[in-house]
Amino acid sequence: MALELIKGNVAVAETALRVGLVSYFGYPITPQTELLEHLAARMPELGRAFVQAESELGAINMVYGSACTGMRTMTSSSSPGVSLMQEGISYIAGTELPAVIVNVVRGGPGLGNIAPSQADYTQMVHGGGHGEYHLIVLAPASVQEAVDLTGLAFDLAEKYRMVSCILMDGYLGQMMEPVELPDFAPIRTEAPEWAVGAKHETGKRAVLTSINIAPPAQEIFNVKMMTRWQEVEANEVRYKGYYLDDAEYVVVGYGTAGRIALTSVRAAREKGIKVGLLRPITVSPFPSKVLDDLADRAKGFLVVEMNNGQMLDDVNAIVAKRAPIHFYGRMGGMVPYPDEISVAIDDMIHGDQDVNRDPRASWLAQMRELVGTGA
Amino acid sequence: MLDIDLNVIAQRPIGFTDTVTHYCPGCTHGVAHRLIAEVLEEMGELDNTIGVAPVGCSVFAYNYFDFDFVEAAHGRAPAMATGIKRTLPNKILFTYQGDGDLASMGMGEIIAAAARGEHITVVFINNTNYGMTGGQMAPTTLPGQKTSSSPLGRDVETQGYPIRTAELISSLDGATYVVRRSLQDARNIRMAKKALRTAFEVQRQGLGFSFVELLSTCPTNWGMTPVKARDWLKEFMVPAYPIGDFKISSAIEELSKGG
Repeated sequence: MALELIKGNVAVAETALRVGLVSYFGYPITPQTELLEHLAARMPELGRAFVQAESELGAINMVYGSACTGMRTMTSSSSPGVSLMQEGISYIAGTELPAVIVNVVRGGPGLGNIAPSQADYTQMVHGGGHGEYHLIVLAPASVQEAVDLTGLAFDLAEKYRMVSCILMDGYLGQMMEPVELPDFAPIRTEAPEWAVGAKHETGKRAVLTSINIAPPAQEIFNVKMMTRWQEVEANEVRYKGYYLDDAEYVVVGYGTAGRIALTSVRAAREKGIKVGLLRPITVSPFPSKVLDDLADRAKGFLVVEMNNGQMLDDVNAIVAKRAPIHFYGRMGGMVPYPDEISVAIDDMIHGDQDVNRDPRASWLAQMRELVGTGA
Repeated sequence: MLDIDLNVIAQRPIGFTDTVTHYCPGCTHGVAHRLIAEVLEEMGELDNTIGVAPVGCSVFAYNYFDFDFVEAAHGRAPAMATGIKRTLPNKILFTYQGDGDLASMGMGEIIAAAARGEHITVVFINNTNYGMTGGQMAPTTLPGQKTSSSPLGRDVETQGYPIRTAELISSLDGATYVVRRSLQDARNIRMAKKALRTAFEVQRQGLGFSFVELLSTCPTNWGMTPVKARDWLKEFMVPAYPIGDFKISSAIEELSKGG
């Protein structure tokens, strides 16, 4: 099959179509809009549902409705729009419905800007909406990986009746890369037994709600949900390890930051430094086990993110002071260059080796210096 | 051949479950529920309908209707109904929403759904207050009306004016059937049923967005007996919210003639 040169947003949209997307609801926001635009043309062409909603709030609640039919449904947005969707995400999670959300993250907080960022890690991985629930969050580092994870996002959402999120950033959304798209799969016509719309055939009605007015019933439901999440944690962790076998030092980074860090890790390897890279693909469920094993033998860790250290908190908790942790992040839509990460790798190896060190404090001091706000 | 027992004067609609009501004595939610069930039964659409329940007193509407139902977030029922209808266009979709749900929290969703001309039916219960949370001021609360969050009476200078929802929605081209009826007495209830039938028929024939506002009582939160509440509705609500047809597109006029 021939490779095609496609922008990340368009590649995800076209892949979603090919894996059987039945309905899409969205709202324009940069740097995600091409995804909506592509489907605005393609969905009607294929006789499938497309609505440009009145807001992200409208869009996510249309997804909520469509998900009740058991058909493949999706929305996409960027950070401020996803904030607006959090109400609906909690409801969809609380109704145990499968749906896919693409978040092409941009700089924040507030209106922020339209440049690439990873500042929605916490929003997607650790909640965002109210109540106890988890999302499956997949973090591609290339357009091809975004394509590959799009099909997986639907499969996992359906397998576990959960919301899957494809966590991209403005780079991945806007960048063109050669990719191989999947073949067209037929749309699944059979609805799952829990879906609405089949009473005329089955005689059985379906009621889909997220309400459990009796606290014991809500607790039973939550226990069931948390147990299902344990299954996800046990079975669906995905990551990529580079040079980890003999690594004395480990860099941890996902998505674009992980990809840039790989360049720095390769440069270090060329100099004979035994450093490896752990790139989580599922940032939720987090690859805790592999990191835990690495913490038993690594001399130091460097977390690299395009945010203020959101995954850093998870790494801190897992490494649990068995080795010193360093952090390097850029914020506000700024993207680190490989040489900046090379300096950070050097610092991990030759700098402060105290396991009790606060990686965020030293990084922030460095950032104040860098951006010139003074101490 | 319909098998009709001529000895039966009235019976529970077959579209109902046997759930005992949780609504307060004198509340008209039960009447509105019954009218919807009767209309869908008469249209033969009971097994082909999906209802969208709101947040408010009728949050448990799905306990009464014996067909598919989903439960929306506060105000979002028209968006949720849109998602289902666009995915399953042959189903009959309706939302059942109160005034806090539809005219306050969900004003964006209802206006957008109407403007898009979504092929859904919206049943709007106007009882001038938030019933479930204990009778707070709603967008429909009348000037001077006392509620638990307008204890001195709604002061329009600081708390604004009531929204006449049906009139507002009737200005949108996508909305083809927009009427207000009242559940104040037998005659008006029969008129309400006829309107609901037309509204669902509009949807079935793909003629656009249909909207039926129903003036309703809330004796508990109004602090009145059911009879007094009914009188209050007639005396104060009807002048503020006139019963009438605000939009009937020409295609629907044809439909009415035919039916």
